[in-house]
Amino acid sequence: MSAVVARPPSGCDAPPILRERGQREVFCGLTGIVWLHRRIQDAFFLVVGSRTCAHLLQSAAGVMIFAEPRFATAIIEERDLAGRADMDDELDRVVGRLLERRPDIRMLFLVGSCPSEVIKLDLSRAAARLTRQFLPQTRVLSYSGSGIETTFTQGEDACLASLVPELPGSDAKQLLVAGALPDAVEAEFAGLFAQAGVGPVRFLPPRRATELPAVGPGTTLILAQPFLTETTRLLEGRGARLVTAPFPIGAEGTTLWLQAAALAMGADAARVEAAMAPGIARAKAGVARHRPMLEGRRIFFFPDSQLEIPLARFLSRELGMELVEVGTPYLNRQHLAGEFELLPSNTQISEGQDVDRQLDRCRAAAPDLVVCGLGLANPLEAEGLATKWSIELLFSPIHGFEQAGDLAGLFTRPLRRRAVLEV
Amino acid sequence: MQLTLWTYEGPPHVGAMRIATAMTGVHYVLHAPQGDTYADLLFTMIERRDRRPPVTYTTFQARDLGGDTAELFKTAARDAVERFRPEVLLVGASCTGELIQDNPEGLTRGLDVPVIALDLPSYQRKENWGASETFYQLVRRFAAGRPLPREGRQPCCNILGPTALGFRHRDDVREIESLLGRLGVAVNVVAPLSASPADLARLGEADFNIVLYPEIADTAAQYLQKQFGQPRVKTVPIGVAATREFVAEVAALAGLSAAECERNSNLPWYSRSVDANYLTGKRVFIFGDATHAIAAARVAVKELGFELVGLGTYSREYARDVRQAAASYGLEALISDDYLDVEARIAATEPELVLGTQMERHICKRLGIPCAVISAPVHVQDFPARFSPQMGFEGANVLFDSWVHPLMMGLEEHLLAMFREDSEFAEGAAPSHLGVGAMPLTEEAPAGADVLVVEDAQWDAEAEKQLKRIPIFVRGKARRNTEAFARERGLASISLQTLYDARAHYAR
Ligand code: SF4
Ligand code: SF4
Repeated sequence: MSAVVARPPSGCDAPPILRERGQREVFCGLTGIVWLHRRIQDAFFLVVGSRTCAHLLQSAAGVMIFAEPRFATAIIEERDLAGRADMDDELDRVVGRLLERRPDIRMLFLVGSCPSEVIKLDLSRAAARLTRQFLPQTRVLSYSGSGIETTFTQGEDACLASLVPELPGSDAKQLLVAGALPDAVEAEFAGLFAQAGVGPVRFLPPRRATELPAVGPGTTLILAQPFLTETTRLLEGRGARLVTAPFPIGAEGTTLWLQAAALAMGADAARVEAAMAPGIARAKAGVARHRPMLEGRRIFFFPDSQLEIPLARFLSRELGMELVEVGTPYLNRQHLAGEFELLPSNTQISEGQDVDRQLDRCRAAAPDLVVCGLGLANPLEAEGLATKWSIELLFSPIHGFEQAGDLAGLFTRPLRRRAVLEV
Repeated sequence: MQLTLWTYEGPPHVGAMRIATAMTGVHYVLHAPQGDTYADLLFTMIERRDRRPPVTYTTFQARDLGGDTAELFKTAARDAVERFRPEVLLVGASCTGELIQDNPEGLTRGLDVPVIALDLPSYQRKENWGASETFYQLVRRFAAGRPLPREGRQPCCNILGPTALGFRHRDDVREIESLLGRLGVAVNVVAPLSASPADLARLGEADFNIVLYPEIADTAAQYLQKQFGQPRVKTVPIGVAATREFVAEVAALAGLSAAECERNSNLPWYSRSVDANYLTGKRVFIFGDATHAIAAARVAVKELGFELVGLGTYSREYARDVRQAAASYGLEALISDDYLDVEARIAATEPELVLGTQMERHICKRLGIPCAVISAPVHVQDFPARFSPQMGFEGANVLFDSWVHPLMMGLEEHLLAMFREDSEFAEGAAPSHLGVGAMPLTEEAPAGADVLVVEDAQWDAEAEKQLKRIPIFVRGKARRNTEAFARERGLASISLQTLYDARAHYAR
């Protein structure tokens, strides 16, 4: 299918970005529910969709099937489509049954899907109606995680964006960190900011739906994830000031990110350095252990999480890897500006996907390591290429100083394993 | 709208993918949004396939809606034909594709390849139906040929039903092929697994068909019977008795003697050996697809001596068969694809063993009940590296091992009862062969389970103490029986005397 050539991100010697429109092999935004429901612990995610949506969620959630999950699907059936049942009544009935079963739920997200979008089911109206019915016990919000509108991590963006209008207003000076982070990472950042004398610091999404952070003209906003376009736009609309920096991945990324946030908050530079110094030393030592295995090795990224650019920057600058192609489903040039400056100028970036053509390129380049989704990993391994599943990069803590060594380890593991095996 | 936490079956196009992926020379162009590509990982991760499923998804986006999606489909189909050179192109839509009504069939006119348009109504049907329909359409399109004269050749048959992502299909086929080989029956075509459209064109050359998985292949086999006069073997050879019947049925159709295959399973002797005595009357709950559930019930009751306390299926298409089977054991079948219903029923029937799917395995983990998997839906551990069929005589051996293993071994159970008061054999100790991670067995219903405990008779302290002395594995049963005994007699409390009376009553 079509490959359009766009202008390079920076510098005139950079190869043009390859923009492709063909078959994509990427999850839809519903997938974000798998980690978001663990982050906001009193929220429930109800997808209004098809059996396919339910099957996607359970396949992506895989091993997490143990407990009764805080997500489910209201499966649209033939009689709903044929108008034999009133969709609003049906939805009310399903939500009623759900909340009766789970009185602990404080926030319910109605999550739109492709089918609900195509038949133009108005979930925001339904959410407003249900909120009136269930407040004060439960607030009902809506967003779309549909595959026709969102790619994988954009589902988190849509979810957080739906929270923004709910945030209380405040003019007070504060730092707001946006993007879902694992507990350990959030704790690390909170500790570093405290030591650097930066505060107060709030996180979006919060642990509990009842503890929404405030936002307003005094808010300095920094993004922990590179895929929050819509959330950022809305937060800026509420008066927050965005600080752009490289993302807090690796020793360098984390340093620049913390510095940017702290200085924007008026912190004392020396104090910031002092707070970071031990973390930087540990991160560098952790990363250095893995460098011999990765240095000079060639890596190829299939588009998946939008974390590809920051990861490529980390692997190239801190581990000496050579970037063959960095594929990403979608580029936010403004948010990634800081990253582009650090990428080697000859990096081939591709945006969008035509999976068969990309596989051709990958095979031709024969990289030492391929970062790709679960659908591609075993077939590529069978062809002799070493792979790293990209989804693990979303489910494991990878941000911050303390995780930098482990993050590097995620990339050496497939190579170490190959070196060990004699069968 | 149906509120769903977990689903037993995927959408019907996933069934079509199981057929396309099983076969060679088939490519499937699916009008679907990007997220639907998750289905690839079912095959590449769960089944560890070394190739991508032969599926091209159009991955249309919102901006394509209202105009460009048809063009997108055409381009995708043309590119797929050019790149993969299939012998047949399947075209169809997923749930979202169905709503935008682009008519995939019309859009593939002029392509230089046979095209089968699949009409799989996503909002009514499910995975197994989709697989069955897809296989039927392929068979209808390609099946041809007629049997050669019988003189001077072996009788021959087709094996129908095995697919990609099927529960032990790969191993069942190998076991049944070798069984047929020992009987002197040649296998003409196995389909859909590993078959090409050209192979389907030879289906008519067989004398009869063997339907291993009715959910997938019965419709196609009925068509072949009508069109080619091929009779079909209906017995599914799961368990020793069913395998013997299967052999007899095959032998009759093939005009051969079945004597050769009689002594080929260890199950009958293992089941009669003294160690297996403790299996008698173990309460077992069975849930799965209809074929595996019905077969498992028969094996459990008649070949292992378990007591069946529940039987059910998520295959509504086969509800009648399962109801009938359940009734023959004096039970009412559970026909449901609601995971919560199944969980509630398991909790209520207090089985000592559950034979189910991956869903039941998770339910049992939570409830602390031993469980073995007998049916799809599958997970990665249902594709073991070793040869591990469910069917045939070797399959019966596998059933014995894999169903008995989760239970306490006979001797160990006795030792536990004898040394109950020693600290090493503390209450709730799990069988040692289950490893450190195994869930301790407890009599109490786990927290969170929706079990209704009707406290109609109170246990007094002495009776309660004696109850605690009864080995944990039979304690649930003792408690239930005693309470039922007390209830029947309208007793308000249960004393030591009641306990003894009840025991004497049930021992008769
Ligand atoms: S792509 Fe659309 S239809 Fe498919 S799972 Fe995602 S939301 Fe559901
Ligand atoms: S270890 Fe396993 S096999 Fe050995 S006695 Fe214990 S339960 Fe039986």
